[in-house]
Amino acid sequence: MSDLKTMSPGAEAPGRVVSAPVPDDGLARSRLGWLTLSPAFLWWGVFLATPLGLILVSSFFRRGPFGGVVYEFTLDNYTRAIDPLYLRVLWYSVRMALLTTAICLLVGYPAAYFIATRTSARMRNALLVLVILPFWTNFLIRTYAWIVLLNREGVINRTLQAAGLTDAPLPLLYNDFAIVLGLVYGYLPLMILPLYAALERLNPEIRESAEDLGSRPLRILRTITVPLIVPGIVAGCVFVFVPSLGNFPVPQLLGGGRRIMMGNLINQQFLDARDWPFGSTLALMLMLILMLLLVVQSRVLRRGREIGIDV
Amino acid sequence: MRRRTRTGIWGALSVSVLLLAACGGDGEVEQETGPVTLQVMNFANYMPEDIGERFEEATGHTIELTLTSSNEDAIAKLDASGEGTYDIVFVTSPFAEGLINADRFEPLDHEQIPNLSNLYPEASQLAYDPGNEFTMPYAWGTTGFCYRTDLVTSTEMDSWNDLLDPSEELAGKVTMLDEDRWLLMPALKVLGYSANTVDETELQEAAELSIQAKDTLLGYDAETFYTKLDSGEASAVMGWDGWCNYVSDPSVVEWVLPAEGSDLWVDVMAIPKGSRHLEAAHQFIDFILEVENGLWVAENILYKVPNAAAMEALDPSYFEDYPNMAITPAELLEQEALRDLGEGQPTFTDAVTQVKAA
Repeated sequence: MSDLKTMSPGAEAPGRVVSAPVPDDGLARSRLGWLTLSPAFLWWGVFLATPLGLILVSSFFRRGPFGGVVYEFTLDNYTRAIDPLYLRVLWYSVRMALLTTAICLLVGYPAAYFIATRTSARMRNALLVLVILPFWTNFLIRTYAWIVLLNREGVINRTLQAAGLTDAPLPLLYNDFAIVLGLVYGYLPLMILPLYAALERLNPEIRESAEDLGSRPLRILRTITVPLIVPGIVAGCVFVFVPSLGNFPVPQLLGGGRRIMMGNLINQQFLDARDWPFGSTLALMLMLILMLLLVVQSRVLRRGREIGIDV
Repeated sequence: MRRRTRTGIWGALSVSVLLLAACGGDGEVEQETGPVTLQVMNFANYMPEDIGERFEEATGHTIELTLTSSNEDAIAKLDASGEGTYDIVFVTSPFAEGLINADRFEPLDHEQIPNLSNLYPEASQLAYDPGNEFTMPYAWGTTGFCYRTDLVTSTEMDSWNDLLDPSEELAGKVTMLDEDRWLLMPALKVLGYSANTVDETELQEAAELSIQAKDTLLGYDAETFYTKLDSGEASAVMGWDGWCNYVSDPSVVEWVLPAEGSDLWVDVMAIPKGSRHLEAAHQFIDFILEVENGLWVAENILYKVPNAAAMEALDPSYFEDYPNMAITPAELLEQEALRDLGEGQPTFTDAVTQVKAA
């Protein structure tokens, strides 16, 4: 279901570059190389390249009277996509995704710092397992769990009222707050892991010498730690921002469907309106933005390597 | 009615790869004779479990069931497979109408369906397929709202305005449906317009009214609204009649069919073009129209059925426990049948998007 799509970017370790071994004895070896790669290529071709190609192609055609695609070339989908109505949805999605990313960074950095620098090896492994533990349960189920916690008659409001802390239920659900909360909750591990990886590889002696020379903790953070882990920060931000932007179950369930994000809009065009061409155009628009982000990320990583940061 | 899960875009698109490959020919299809295996496509849990065994006993034919999660899913499956893959398909009326217009169904031969006489006369007066030329109704109903009598003190709940512009005690405790065709329906009805309108001005007015209503809405919910009524999170929820019957304590829940009118939806059976088992498919439709099978739907899904004989056989306690089961076919037909919007669908969806994006 939806979570497969939205969570996939977490699968890779950030920015680790492994150079492939150069085959030294000729044809047999390179054939073997292609052979071992072919399942991956097949997978990529069937499940990524073909659907993407179809999206691209159908975005240039018209919707039939009963859905489907009529093969008549048109650019109408693109002119329609820049209508303020849809740009407003895009802008709202970007805002929500940015907010989510910022909160994840603020919450994730201390956690990653603690795990990477202040724990024994055993403790560290245990904590890392805890970070990824939520992924063992389906994203939708975890999202429904938040409804149980946050709703007017839910666990949190009941407890607050029973303790006499509030007189009336707080509006915790079906608003922007709930959407951001759900997104932060869902994607926080994708921020912690790359930050952890970057911090863990940081030589502690650099910070220690700064300390010995009289630098205060905040200054160490600003002038030493953060610049050195920029690639990790960028990776974490991309990993959180990308799936947040396209997420549709969270606005639907926790937002109560009161506002829609790009993911909901695309979902609605494909299913309710049966307008595959226009849905494809919107999906392409979203992908274009995300690709730009990935370009920025790779630029930052390259600069990191140029100035000698091992990422 | 349509139950659905939100299938991914990817699934839909990879299906369309196959779609491109599947283009059927025209003309008479050669029929298979003897005992055959009918390919039936239906929503999950929407027929008695032993239907296959009983059908085989009665006719010698077996059935193979393909499950669908939604109308969109059913159509994607039809599109993705060659003609003749399926012999029977269950879809909801506006979708069926689209398929009729696209010439995707075999005409029904009423001679081969003697159990047609079990149906109400109203069952042949459905606007999307008058005279049941292509489709046979299986279950039908309308849309309204239900509320908790123990949480709402007002005794005059009879209008869509009770949801769109709720009283103080209801403000913030109302949910409405956000499925494409149902999101604007209350506003359209209050304004006196058709639920099938594609007129931009009318849609615009309805969108504005619906946007105002968002201020007093708890949220949109088309999947779990009856559980929100159960927990008391919501006091009144818009919903399909049958679904209001799924609350855990029906005795504190009241059903309302708003005075401004509502829609009529019908889940139908049809034979997709190219079936090689026309005779057996007709036998299946006839078999489904037997009293026993209609009764099963009424008792288990809590939907009304167009099968007069089945509704007469239904224990009267159902009408007391679930008042919307007692809506008569004549009352149902006073509601507006949902139609396929054809080329107007994108205009309609734009208005829906406006509401959702506001």
